[in-house]
Amino acid sequence: MKIRLDHVVKTFETFRAVKDVSLEIESGELVALLGPSGSGKTTILRMVAGLEYADQGHIHFGDQDATDIPVRDRGVGFVFQHYALFPHMTVAENIAFGMKVSKVKREKAAIDARVADLLRLVRLEGLGDRFPAQISGGQRQRVALARALAVDPKVLLLDEPFGALDANVRRDLRRWLREIHSELGITTLFVTHDQEEALDLADRVVILKDGQIVQQGTPEEVCRDPKSSFVMKFLGDANVLAAEVRDGKAYASGAAIEVSGMADGKAELYARPADLDWSLQGPGIPASITRVLDRADGRRVLATAETGEHLEFDVEPERLVKAGDGGFVTLRRAKVFALA
Amino acid sequence: MSTPATRRKPPRVGDQPLFRRLLIGIVLVLVAFLILAPLIIIGVEAFAKGWQVYRDTITHPDTRHAIMLTVLAALVAVPVNTAFGIAAAWAITKFDFRGKRFLLVVIEIPFSVSPIVAGVAYLFVYGLQGVFGPMLDEYGIKILFAIPGIILASMFVTAPFVARELIPLMQAQGRDLEEAATSLGASGWRTFFSVTLPNIKWALLYGVVLCNARVMGEFGAVSVVSGNIRGQTNTLPLHIELLYHDYQAAGAFASASILALIAVFTIIAKVALERQGAGRVHSPATRPSLVANTAEKTS
Repeated sequence: MKIRLDHVVKTFETFRAVKDVSLEIESGELVALLGPSGSGKTTILRMVAGLEYADQGHIHFGDQDATDIPVRDRGVGFVFQHYALFPHMTVAENIAFGMKVSKVKREKAAIDARVADLLRLVRLEGLGDRFPAQISGGQRQRVALARALAVDPKVLLLDEPFGALDANVRRDLRRWLREIHSELGITTLFVTHDQEEALDLADRVVILKDGQIVQQGTPEEVCRDPKSSFVMKFLGDANVLAAEVRDGKAYASGAAIEVSGMADGKAELYARPADLDWSLQGPGIPASITRVLDRADGRRVLATAETGEHLEFDVEPERLVKAGDGGFVTLRRAKVFALA
Repeated sequence: MSTPATRRKPPRVGDQPLFRRLLIGIVLVLVAFLILAPLIIIGVEAFAKGWQVYRDTITHPDTRHAIMLTVLAALVAVPVNTAFGIAAAWAITKFDFRGKRFLLVVIEIPFSVSPIVAGVAYLFVYGLQGVFGPMLDEYGIKILFAIPGIILASMFVTAPFVARELIPLMQAQGRDLEEAATSLGASGWRTFFSVTLPNIKWALLYGVVLCNARVMGEFGAVSVVSGNIRGQTNTLPLHIELLYHDYQAAGAFASASILALIAVFTIIAKVALERQGAGRVHSPATRPSLVANTAEKTS
């Protein structure tokens, strides 16, 4: 089911949580709402669910205006950040709850069969008789998902689905959610503040800041072509250098890079650690190494430029570098944003 | 308690045997004089003139009427206050509205006001010289010095008990469970009976038990509004006072023993319920959902 948000506004007392957001989610798409806390992402999700009402604007499900449909009748599956499993019910009873309270009456045998199917889908066969307190966090998360899927929702909404889990479980569940999504093809919207999670999982990433959408696109689009310094910084580590644009080139502490179509003036140059390299000869940014950090997947070098700017970049683990070395930081690629 | 164990651990304040024994001794003596002795006296005095007198007092029509009236007051006041407590706790913890803090304060008032003040206030609201008194009198409705007054006064005094037990628990549980239930298609009633109620039932029962104990033992407010008409508007506590003033010590103590018995049962029920996780202690089953329910609401 296609979801369309049309100029949606939400204010809590005096705080404007969501300011005029318009967004389209295609049928079957898996979309991430990504942003720092306070960016309005959870509020948007809760408005799509009907747990919060929009002060202005409309929310459409397909051709239907769903703005005033109460959550009970909206037909969404919502997975809560802390799972919100009913603690006094077993896993199976939790999953069956939506079918039992539904206006559509189902035979007990049909409900049991569906619960068994869902337990298989979320790989929790044999745990149906446990209580939520008796299973792990990752398992609880999967029960929450099964419970939401049991009512055949038109839309699946997940609020920080993996926020409360540890890193390894998180990675497994991410891959698994992606599989479930391609199996069921259900339109899915999830909220996260973790850029890696959003980029790994989503077909499309919507980046929010202060209640507004700042950029949206496929992971490739937002990563390769961030439109603002906020997106650049939010998506990953970035080095920042003061720069000056002159005649289609940006100059920063001894390095220069082509920028076409930018007006002359002061600017900031952003480069990812992988976009920089180390060389003993110029040209480049003269710098000295202050620390070398060894990590499982490579070697990170911290350096200070002659102009005093702090730089971080990655080199191959074989590269001979040590604290105190002097040399030049070279630019492979960078993004330049004019200073307002 | 053994010396090697205390030697291994760093010494704590008051860990010397002398100090410990002194503290325990003081507490035991105080408990004996202040709590145990009076209770024993009730038992002894109630039967001082023999089993026959005890039975006669208990079965005396006035005593029986007093017991009936006390039970009646409890039968009305406890369910009403339970319903009120649930409704108030639900409203305060699951919804945002103007005047929420004010409501919280209002609910607490009966706790902080002396019951006798409540009684006098009722006198001025429903009494013949009071605000509604003349109007009610015109229609022949008698509230003061009659059963309705007793029930109203009892209800006022015990109004906060259930709400006070439920509010902290329901606040800690947050709204997630209810939101989950409604998003799965459950109606408001269904959500309440299959999701909210099972998670608050022990705290609710605990509140009901305390409320009941207080209704049955209430003296101050009821004594003002009841008028102390023997065999008509005397509740059990009032009846005890009356008997005592009539120099019927054995009778007073016999009646008091009934109240004491009710108190003992209340304490047993209270302890049993506390074992089930009620009474301010959150039940372990609800703990996983306690963390930061409201923290991310605006993000």
